[in-house]
Amino acid sequence: MKRVTTLIIGAGQAGLAMSRCLTQHSIDHVVLERGKVANSWRTERWDSLRLLTPNWQNRLPGYRYQGGKPNGFMTTPEFVQFIQHYAEAISAPVHDGVIVTAVDATENGYRVTTNVGQWQCRSLVIASGAFNIPNVPTVSKAIPASVETLTTHQYRNPAQLEEGGVLVVGGSATGLQLAEEIQRSGREVTLSVGEHVRMPRSYRGRDIFCWMNDTGILREHYTSFDDVNRVRKLPSPQLVGTPEHSTLDLNRLTTTGVKVVGRFCGVKPSSLSKSGLSKCEAQFSGALNNVCKMADLKMNRLLETIDTWIEDNGVTTHTDQVERFEPTAIDKSPTLSIDLASGKIKTVIWATGYRPDYSWLNVPVVNRKGLLNHDGGIVNSPGLYTIGLPFMRTRQSSFIGGVSDDANYLSDHLDGYLKTSYKPSLYAMS
Amino acid sequence: MNAYTKIVDNGVNVEALLGAREQLTEAPQAAQFTWRATCDWVKGTHSRSEVEGFFGLGEEQQHKTSFCFDADHPEIFASEDNGVTPVEYVLVGLASCLTAGIASVAQNRNIQLHSVKATLEGNMDIQGILGIDSDVRNGFDGIKVVYDIKADATQDEIEAIVAQSQKRSAVYDIITNPSNITVEVK
Repeated sequence: MKRVTTLIIGAGQAGLAMSRCLTQHSIDHVVLERGKVANSWRTERWDSLRLLTPNWQNRLPGYRYQGGKPNGFMTTPEFVQFIQHYAEAISAPVHDGVIVTAVDATENGYRVTTNVGQWQCRSLVIASGAFNIPNVPTVSKAIPASVETLTTHQYRNPAQLEEGGVLVVGGSATGLQLAEEIQRSGREVTLSVGEHVRMPRSYRGRDIFCWMNDTGILREHYTSFDDVNRVRKLPSPQLVGTPEHSTLDLNRLTTTGVKVVGRFCGVKPSSLSKSGLSKCEAQFSGALNNVCKMADLKMNRLLETIDTWIEDNGVTTHTDQVERFEPTAIDKSPTLSIDLASGKIKTVIWATGYRPDYSWLNVPVVNRKGLLNHDGGIVNSPGLYTIGLPFMRTRQSSFIGGVSDDANYLSDHLDGYLKTSYKPSLYAMS
Repeated sequence: MNAYTKIVDNGVNVEALLGAREQLTEAPQAAQFTWRATCDWVKGTHSRSEVEGFFGLGEEQQHKTSFCFDADHPEIFASEDNGVTPVEYVLVGLASCLTAGIASVAQNRNIQLHSVKATLEGNMDIQGILGIDSDVRNGFDGIKVVYDIKADATQDEIEAIVAQSQKRSAVYDIITNPSNITVEVK
């Protein structure tokens, strides 16, 4: 069995940021990576994806964007390269191709079992991400075999889809981006939308993240929310990173012909109808109006916060006039069901979020919803930490640039833990 | 409580609700409730339903008294109009659920309500229930609720309360989303 003081699981932006901070604390450590650095960015993303955050924002500890387009948005291959360069620049001790199969608590820390042997460590950082397993609603099983179903981990581009109608389920950035590009490919798209977060790409002449950064909204602390579990479950804001800096919202999709329906809430197979045809109805919630209204109200609250900040701080440069966007326009009577057996819909794509995979974690720190019990990244087990989860310490914790502050804080905490906790080596010497 | 705290009273004990929420998060099995009603046919389209007990917090519970509800059809349907129609009870259920939610959300957001009035309309093509046209559904085409609310709040704050009330409403959910119903005969 190999020994190391601290072991990091996952060499994405979060694991690498932590590695850099541990190096600065002179804590010996390794980073285990199931594939290559930035594995999920290499293997689990669709072709057209660009980061939602502008380049200037993607700062990592001791590293920042050096290119000529600070306001641009990296493509996935560009971002993989960015992370690869970071790993090299900080000389991160990454072990590629190591799959963690079990983590057990031991007297002195944790035993990490992998496909290539075991490690014993005193402290452990879980940086394996929040997007390991695509959520697929259980009703998906009732979808007829004639309709192909895909998750966003399997989707690459519209060309892989059959000609014909596509039902995209999910109102996050992913759902809207996929709906738009599939509609543009000539397939008729129906987009099923539940609660969502609407946000303009630019506001008063600047990127929305510039304002959210300057106003401090991105650094809102997890302890300042009444119900942090609720905000941790929020879908990603409806944004897209494009060279045109265009806004992606339901109104824009509707004008391109996408049909917007309510939350996907059931599949009702029905017996033979009088005409002898069997039906299989996908059912959509009648609450579409309310979820759109809520998203409009919340967006306007965000814009008001920004307006107030601009006024209070007397900002005069780069600020266009106060602007309010059209309310989300919804059909008077949105469609409540679609017959999946009719052949109109050929493909269903689940863009219904992700969940982390802790099936290998044999430490009792996972709650009944399959999420880690942690307090701002400090897991309720000595020497155990996590990083890179949504809203872990601040609103930007799951953003590329948000892991810096978290890694600094948690590495300080981890260093303190190592200095004060039981040190078996000293006892062995005495 | 500091000097800047507004004293708002909509008659909702928010502390108790938040306390219950916290306790039930720890003990999800106590959150399992069963609501019940019985219904006796009286005569013609007239029936009388009774609601008294329910199950919750791990044991049988009782309302302070039993409540009776007469339902019937109006005289233009050749009935005696001994009570409101069942579909009107659906409107009553939705209105009272949303209104209770508005009071609770307003209290939680420290907003004083002065008056809340909801007006509901459910449109229906009765060719459905009469079996004239199988393309027409039996139920409402849609339900329209209009709230007139006087409160110490901006229009956006009031709209946000009404939206949140829909988000948390049981009856709103029952109507907007499908539910499985089993009807058996003993």
